[in-house]
Amino acid sequence: MYGYYLDLAWRSLRRTPILTGLMVLAIALGIGASMTTLTVLHVLSGDPLPGRSDTLYYPQIDPRDSQGFVPGKTEPMEQVTWIDGMNLLQAKRADRQALMTGGSVAIQQDNSTLDPFFEDARYTTADFFPMFGVPFRFGHGWDAAADEAHARVAVISSPLNDKVFGGADSTGQTVRLAGAAFRVVGVIGDWNPNPHFYDLNRKNYAEDEGVYVPLSASQDVGMDHEGSTDCWGNGGGGRTPDHNAPCVWLQFWTQLDSPAKAAAYRQFLVHYSEQQKALGRFQRSPNVRLRNVMQWLDYNHVVPDDVRLQTGLAFGFLLVCLVNTVGLMLAKFMRRSAELGVRRALGASRRALFAQLLMESGVVGLIGGVGGLLLALAGLWLVRMQPASYASLAHLDPAMLLTTLLLALGASVLAGLLPAWRACQVTPALQLKSN
Amino acid sequence: MLKMTHLAKVYRTELVETYALRDFNIDVKQGEFVAVTGPSGSGKTTFLTIAGLLETFSGGEYHLDGVEVSQLDDNARSRIRNEKIGFIFQAFNLIPDLNVFDNVDVPLRYRGMKADERKRRIMQSLERVGLAARAKHYPAELSGGQQQRVAIARALAGSPRLLLADEPTGNLDTQMARGVMELLEDIHRGGATIVMVTHDPELAARAQRNVHIIDGQVVDIAEEPRFHAHAAQATARHG
Repeated sequence: MYGYYLDLAWRSLRRTPILTGLMVLAIALGIGASMTTLTVLHVLSGDPLPGRSDTLYYPQIDPRDSQGFVPGKTEPMEQVTWIDGMNLLQAKRADRQALMTGGSVAIQQDNSTLDPFFEDARYTTADFFPMFGVPFRFGHGWDAAADEAHARVAVISSPLNDKVFGGADSTGQTVRLAGAAFRVVGVIGDWNPNPHFYDLNRKNYAEDEGVYVPLSASQDVGMDHEGSTDCWGNGGGGRTPDHNAPCVWLQFWTQLDSPAKAAAYRQFLVHYSEQQKALGRFQRSPNVRLRNVMQWLDYNHVVPDDVRLQTGLAFGFLLVCLVNTVGLMLAKFMRRSAELGVRRALGASRRALFAQLLMESGVVGLIGGVGGLLLALAGLWLVRMQPASYASLAHLDPAMLLTTLLLALGASVLAGLLPAWRACQVTPALQLKSN
Repeated sequence: MLKMTHLAKVYRTELVETYALRDFNIDVKQGEFVAVTGPSGSGKTTFLTIAGLLETFSGGEYHLDGVEVSQLDDNARSRIRNEKIGFIFQAFNLIPDLNVFDNVDVPLRYRGMKADERKRRIMQSLERVGLAARAKHYPAELSGGQQQRVAIARALAGSPRLLLADEPTGNLDTQMARGVMELLEDIHRGGATIVMVTHDPELAARAQRNVHIIDGQVVDIAEEPRFHAHAAQATARHG
């Protein structure tokens, strides 16, 4: 029977091309606008490490002086000092842990035709790679011993490997970073988690760093730190604070494989804060947080407010389009009262007519959905032309493509409910007599 | 076949109650050809729409083919309409964007028949009304008489036990009306029960029995045609 309804729907829509066109246009515009903004929101608020983000936690402690502290309300610092970072790292209380910060290093190869250039870099510790599930095209990361030994080893990204080594396996080769020679031990494969969750102090959405070196070696070489530095008391200035300065400038991430381990780690942070307070380093009572990746992104309001606003407005526009579609559909269905009366007389139940009319709404929705999809693709292309940091990420993935079609179908069927119900209530006797 | 007892149909507004049918009694036997006549507004069409289960009634009883229909829900009424009743309307009521074949197909679709069986019945019905060659034509391409023949084919395709015709020749010229009437008579001779509402005394005279309605009540049930000017002709035709 549904094949029959589909055939009738197609005939009906062809019979009134202008009305059909207006309905399709209304659906397509609404869907196009809402899916463009929803796709941007989806990309920006997506899980950067699906399958892993639940076990990755960002510990926060509060080493500041007591000024302005409101227990229970004041949020702890968003980064850690060198001392706290090293303490937490060496405590090894998590399944994995990595201390890190970002910077920019000059790359100048010996005997190369390449002009010197700067590359974003991450100074980190060994667990960074297994903890974040970084895939390798060649080689591997470094181990804890390399951290301890301040080894001059480096992991580079595939684009940098292509640029400097022509895409060949460069493990064992030397790359000159900030004037010092580093041995390449690994080349990262396709890895670009967005949002850039592990360091939101630089860019929320960006291409990942091209160079990864041990934090210890980066300090030996004097590689510049870039990003946020917050100091208090007699905290010093400078781009890379003194290791003893009361300044937070490093990120510390942990992997805690179960909720029990997370609870235990939180307790550890409380004990650590108490201990540091007893030692006189901390002045505040323990003020700790332990957020997983998605909680951390949410806390930092990573998704720009204007994107949320645009999405809300676009869905409002979709609603207006749907209201218009309801009106158009009502006009279309009521114009067919005579035909519906005949069908009733010939044995169609109200339910059968309702299904037939909803099928027609669905066909309008599908055509409108395809139109909306094309408009959304055009809209996303326009987004990519914008100077926003997230612009390059605005692509429609298969899930959003399916969402587009389902939303269009659902919206049009919803828009067809009232007109179809009204049309089915027509008294067939009146229609048959007045026809 | 069709029996209404003390049937009433009341249209109520806030201020008035209007009886379209009042204490309405009729009994149409299987195989009868009954003409229902009466002045405009007498309740003929209301009777026909209630008989065809297109409207509900306010009181009394209505048995159709032995089934009391007042308590049936919309699905059951629709099923009875589809399986037991064929409608022929004054305005033909063909669906304009379906061709002849597809128009006749409509009631069969709602019966859930297989495609082969539907096609066989459609072509059989169209052959019976002499329009098999026009199966692919659209209603707008046919004369009024041909359109009414298609409507009759549509009514016949489901092999209904009762044919309800509402002024079937009202929109046709004399020659076309004669052809349609002869077709109805032929169908009746084949054993169908036909109830026809008409203003036309000449048509009524060709029915087996006349029922006259005034002010929503049956006032005269004549076994013989009540239009005596044509009685001899009608009697001769029906034997």
